[in-house]
Amino acid sequence: MKFLRQSLPSIIVIAVVVALWWVTVVVTESVIFPTPGQVVSGTLELARDGTLWEHIGASLFRVGAGFGLAVLFAIPLGLWMGWVHGAFVTLNPLFQILRPISPIAWIPIAILWFGVGDASPIYLIFIASVFPMIVQTTVGVHTIEKRYLRAAENFGVPRGKLFRKVVFPATLPQIIVGMRIGLGVAWLVVVAAEMIALRSGLGYMIIDSRNAGNRYDLVIAGMIIIGLIGLALDGIMRLLENMKSVRWRYVH
Amino acid sequence: MFINTKIQVQNIRKGFPSDDGRLDVIDDLDFTVGDAEFVAIVGPSGCGKTTLMNIMAGFLAPDSGGVHVDGVLRNGADRKGIMITQQGSVFPWLTVRQNLLFGLPDDMPEREQRAREYAELVGLKGFENNYPHELSGGMLKRAEIARALVVKPEILYMDEPFSALDALMSLRMQNELLRILAKERHTVMLITHDVEEAIHLADRILVLSPRPARIQATFHVPFPHPRRVSRPECQELRVAILKELGVTEPV
Repeated sequence: MKFLRQSLPSIIVIAVVVALWWVTVVVTESVIFPTPGQVVSGTLELARDGTLWEHIGASLFRVGAGFGLAVLFAIPLGLWMGWVHGAFVTLNPLFQILRPISPIAWIPIAILWFGVGDASPIYLIFIASVFPMIVQTTVGVHTIEKRYLRAAENFGVPRGKLFRKVVFPATLPQIIVGMRIGLGVAWLVVVAAEMIALRSGLGYMIIDSRNAGNRYDLVIAGMIIIGLIGLALDGIMRLLENMKSVRWRYVH
Repeated sequence: MFINTKIQVQNIRKGFPSDDGRLDVIDDLDFTVGDAEFVAIVGPSGCGKTTLMNIMAGFLAPDSGGVHVDGVLRNGADRKGIMITQQGSVFPWLTVRQNLLFGLPDDMPEREQRAREYAELVGLKGFENNYPHELSGGMLKRAEIARALVVKPEILYMDEPFSALDALMSLRMQNELLRILAKERHTVMLITHDVEEAIHLADRILVLSPRPARIQATFHVPFPHPRRVSRPECQELRVAILKELGVTEPV
């Protein structure tokens, strides 16, 4: 009930936007631009013949693989750079130069190196999501409060335990922030990557719908599905923030 | 009364670089603390009390002089003496139980049992699986004390441990501390700006001078526990200490 009352205004805004869209299309008698009704029936059509699920599955697989590899690479590296000052001063400048390069700019090189299969978009997603996660993890280690490190030093625990019980859990909230950012850009990038030279995925679906007979109902269907899945992915990352062992960072 | 010397602070000096050259914080401090003695240090704010405590606990090295514990020159912090500070340092990402287990070796067979015992000792039974952010300020302080005591340290270094608590809770925690110390032998160093707290708890009170810190006066507190700080002798002592600190009260 409370949820309903809270989300009611946003539901109304969305409904108004959809209604305006619908009225505009009808009033201007547009031939190409679809009404919301046409978008829904187009979506149902794709869902029935199964291609929609294939595209969604292909996009999610690429994001899962690229993002997963980035997590496995970025978190240990970020922890190391955060803990060992020499590693930070050596590697940080390189990452600061690579970080602002849009993943889209990597597309030609990705195709050159990995061809036009799944490896290219996976690589692009990796490149897009790895830097924010390295940076956040490093910042997380750097901002561990001194009083906690001092307490750990006081109890004289072995190095492995220090990492397991202090450094990693103290950094975890920042790691999760990095993962949220990383997954967000990963999802942005997969769509862009699939618009080029691929035969599956939501990005491909959008481009293909336009090229094969101006099916703008499917273009918009693809866009809305991308938005909804992006929202769902972010929702999953937000669930991580609710774990009790990281809540301390957010409650004050 | 305290036959064996536990801690010997020998001619320590400490300064820090500052904008205009050098800031001397501690100037030739020299004193001893007996085994199982409770020594309180009071002094004006900014006089270097915390620096002194950090040197004694081994977190800071003095510029010259040294601290000997059981006759051995201190070189870095260790679990023989555990520090408790005003801010506290209970790990917020671990539950109370996990915090208590932190300092105990993983292969210690009775560690769970020991953690339970100390949670109970400080009155946190039933809260072992709570996270620190679910506890009140007083309970958090109890958790910190339990985490220190569970490793059976010989020395407790307490730097304004109860200052962040309200007056009532601070008094309650002082009584709790006395109750625990009556059960377990510990040497305690306490830094406080609260003269009554020092009289309530300590066997001996050192008054430090303004920076650079020197020992300006030493007071013995010979009264048996439990002490009532409102007793005339305690009040006389309080007036004398405050006078050393440059505060005179209208009579």
